[in-house]
Amino acid sequence: MLVIADLLNQLEAELKKTIIERNLVNPLMIGIRTGGVWVAEQMYQRLHIAEPLGLLDISFYRDDFSQIGVNPNVRPSQLPARVDGRDIILIDDVFYTGRTIRAALNEIFDYGRPNQVVLGVLIERDGRQIPLSPDCVGISIILNVGQRIKLTGPDPLAIEIQTLTVAA
Amino acid sequence: MNDNLQLNSEGKLKHFLSIEGLPKELLTEILDVAESFVGMSDQQIKKVPLLRGKTIVNLFFENSTRTRTTFELAAKRLSADVLSMSIATSSTSKGESLLDTIRNLEAMFVDMFVVRHAISGAAHFIAQQTAPHISVINAGDGQHAHPTQAMLDMFTIRQIKKDFSNLRVAIIGDILHSRVARSQIQALNTLGVPEVRVIAPKTLLPAHVESLGVSVSHDLNAGLKDVDVVIMLRLQKERMTSALLPSESEYFKCFGLTEEKLKIAKPDAIVMHPGPINRGVEIESKVADGPQSVILKQVSNGIAIRMAIMAMAMQKQGIM
Repeated sequence: MLVIADLLNQLEAELKKTIIERNLVNPLMIGIRTGGVWVAEQMYQRLHIAEPLGLLDISFYRDDFSQIGVNPNVRPSQLPARVDGRDIILIDDVFYTGRTIRAALNEIFDYGRPNQVVLGVLIERDGRQIPLSPDCVGISIILNVGQRIKLTGPDPLAIEIQTLTVAA
Repeated sequence: MNDNLQLNSEGKLKHFLSIEGLPKELLTEILDVAESFVGMSDQQIKKVPLLRGKTIVNLFFENSTRTRTTFELAAKRLSADVLSMSIATSSTSKGESLLDTIRNLEAMFVDMFVVRHAISGAAHFIAQQTAPHISVINAGDGQHAHPTQAMLDMFTIRQIKKDFSNLRVAIIGDILHSRVARSQIQALNTLGVPEVRVIAPKTLLPAHVESLGVSVSHDLNAGLKDVDVVIMLRLQKERMTSALLPSESEYFKCFGLTEEKLKIAKPDAIVMHPGPINRGVEIESKVADGPQSVILKQVSNGIAIRMAIMAMAMQKQGIM
């Protein structure tokens, strides 16, 4: 059973530790739409980040455009300040294949060249497909075949593991 | 199955040839996707990788500066490879037929044609004839349609007025020769604008213009009353084959938009023009450059709207 409060506490603790270890100065926090923004809103308050929260919509940077096309619900990304030379905390809800993070990094680098980027996710699950991994996690889990994680929010933020019925 | 050439079997955009036959939801989706491309101008690198590795050919059989350059920029910002062909400098001047030109370009593994042509229906013809994986975008065909211009105008109107459902829009000038006006009228009606007026001398209106879903006025002063959006059209002298007007100065006197006449419209009315402007013929400089003019905003929005349309037409067909 996943308890959302525990995961948020753990992610907060890991982020605080990493901010000190990596010496992040006045970090800029960016959440990936949609679930990542919900988690980022929580971390943003807990870590007392000064600048407005950045919102990233990676729809135009996905690598599966030729298969699924343009997401009709795409919304503009909102990055609050110049990212050149900045220390960035990037937040997503679930780390799975790594492809979302690749897209997010590509988009951030089109806005400028950050000094460092730290990745925090609420849940890291198995199934990585590219050599990227999160720096801070609320929990790392291994799912059974057919299981997936469903985050709902933003208020209340809730999490559940769904088991998909396997198609015949 | 869908018998509309523009849509695939799932109702997604395949070609963009005309506003006619496209549902309100699709037009709204284009406007929504374009919204996200506007924000891209904040990026240091003004590019997204959506159409990397795709090849787009701008086939311009008719002159254009704004439309061609914004299509070209839009394609580049989507990371496509883009080739702009002006037909005066091509094999067509050596006698090659349109279809042969298309076949040769297809053999170069092109993914999309953006077509402007002086003959109505040219883009439709190419869409019917070309290989199934290729998308065709109409960048203006004869007096028929100029749908991307109409969509960038809708985008500009929505940006400023927020909502189409309580607007009065007046389109003024050379409706007869204007493919822009035809596409605008279809888009405004599809998006639910309750009143579209056309204001022009009788000689510059097509027969049965009311059947397009507009009210008609031949008097600028009366027609401008309570209007939220004023769209001026260029007097298309190059398409006029007979004497439709006594003189330009008389036209300006009756139908030219001046500061004085603009006061008849609502105080927060916006003034639009698809360009190029004939200053002192259909519009006074003071109005074209004035605070109510959104003419240059239209140009900027042209890039975002063309990006949205090109990206949506290029999504792999049949999988969504």
